[in-house]
Amino acid sequence: MTDADLQAVWLTLRLAAASTLALLLVGTPLAWWLARARGQLRNAVGALVTLPLILPPTVLGFYLLVLLGPQGPLGKLTQAAGLGLLPFTFAGLVAASVIYSLPFVVQPLQQAFEAIGEHPLEAAATLRAGPWDSFFSVVVPLARPGFVTGAVLAFAHTIGEFGVVLMIGGNIPGKTQVLSMVVYDHVEALEYGQAHWLAGGMLAFSFAVLLAVNLLKRERA
Amino acid sequence: MTIRARFQLPYPGFALDVDLDLPGRGVTALFGPSGSGKTTLLRCIAGLERGARGQLEVAGETWQKDGFFLPTHRRRLGYVFQEARLFPHLTVRRNLEFGQRRVPTEQRRVASDHAVELLGLDHLLDRLPHGLSGGERQRAAIARALLTSPRLLLMDEPLAALDVGRKQEILPYLERLHDELEIPVLYVSHAPDEVARLADHIVVMDAGRAVAQGPLAETMARIDSPVRLGEDAGVVLDGRVAERDENWHLARIEFDGGSLWLRDGGHGAGQRVRVRILARDVSIALEPAHESSILNTLPAAVVELAGESHPAVMLVKLQVGGSPIVARLTRRSACGLELKPGRRVFAQIKAAALV
Repeated sequence: MTDADLQAVWLTLRLAAASTLALLLVGTPLAWWLARARGQLRNAVGALVTLPLILPPTVLGFYLLVLLGPQGPLGKLTQAAGLGLLPFTFAGLVAASVIYSLPFVVQPLQQAFEAIGEHPLEAAATLRAGPWDSFFSVVVPLARPGFVTGAVLAFAHTIGEFGVVLMIGGNIPGKTQVLSMVVYDHVEALEYGQAHWLAGGMLAFSFAVLLAVNLLKRERA
Repeated sequence: MTIRARFQLPYPGFALDVDLDLPGRGVTALFGPSGSGKTTLLRCIAGLERGARGQLEVAGETWQKDGFFLPTHRRRLGYVFQEARLFPHLTVRRNLEFGQRRVPTEQRRVASDHAVELLGLDHLLDRLPHGLSGGERQRAAIARALLTSPRLLLMDEPLAALDVGRKQEILPYLERLHDELEIPVLYVSHAPDEVARLADHIVVMDAGRAVAQGPLAETMARIDSPVRLGEDAGVVLDGRVAERDENWHLARIEFDGGSLWLRDGGHGAGQRVRVRILARDVSIALEPAHESSILNTLPAAVVELAGESHPAVMLVKLQVGGSPIVARLTRRSACGLELKPGRRVFAQIKAAALV
């Protein structure tokens, strides 16, 4: 593997770790709300969160680019907040990955929260636990399999990203060039041997992750 | 200290509307058929029904009034649910500690050791809930609620999900609770035998309203009660074991108004017991029967008569010394004996149970 390859692997891992963390922070309250709210707003938000599952990544990336760009509403916001512009930066990649992988975190968490139901929360309240206390001492441990599944899927899904990061990050070596893009470049240049190293590695990694998730589910049942 | 509860909670097809003053000590049974609003009332008191309007004062502390709602976790109460609701990820010990740890040290009145001993949990402390029997789980849930040192203990049919054997296993623990701790208990039940055994005070619920309430013996003896107990109609008397007849395995129970020979329940002489006499087991004679299989015949005076749900049947309230007894007869018999208030008769008690 070349230095550029290793650089891309390292960047990809960093991106996946940062995105997973951000996804858990954003996805947990969102999933909690979706699990407990009723009414039309909930249905609309639920559909919005699921959208990345079916949209072509390029479409998603295109709109993100427009929204986060200098003329976009979010771009104006990040500039006003002193964060500068996100496209073609690492932070931009994280932001895009979070949106792209949101359903992979929100769905397992929402299902886990729904399965817990009201009963343990009522019991906790009669035992003097306030809402935050109950969440951390009862909900989080009971929903642990949901958290693990969500985190693993988010990490793996981010590693396999291509379209969205290409649109929002460009393909800047060392800065926004991730693994899938390097594979693409190698194939374009007919460097099949190098492409095999990276592509095969990803294949093995993804398989291992899905196997682990399945084993985890089996153990829970 | 008393509990003052006033609640309105309209649901489609059902409305809770109660205004109660409950004693601040002993066990108060909320009794009534399924769907009468017992559990809903208990949940209102616990603050688990956000939609309920009303007022609630417990031991001088306001928990709810117009524009004020103390959230459940700030109410000093213990709640035992029908299904124990232990936290499945915690051992019995950690379940017990869950509430206790969240109570300020100076408010803790019940010691862990005492609760563990009271409910017989020593050997279960390191087990996880899913490995326990239904009865064991419910005992752990009761101990968990006690360890928050509540000012009021709410129990929602804690025995309903258990079979007869498990019930018999838990009842003695509940009685010890009653005897040893000074915590007022609101106990939801639709089982007359549980109520007869545990309660001091009773609130009879029907269709979201409290239709009768008062001390247990007095209220059970009301024959005008808007809630017909049917086969379960009868009285509960407090008595004392006066003597035991080893030969015939009988015990003489003294109560205010006389004494009864009953099957020996293994209680020592002098022990306080409760006797439940069902109305269908009491018949009335004008003369004491001399040659009869009935052991217990007591002189009584007719207090009042009332119809029952079936037109052939009547309930007759009798006074035996200081205690009321209810008899169920056919209307024809009552007519034939010319029963009317004040008439002296003999109550023949075919069966009575120590509860």
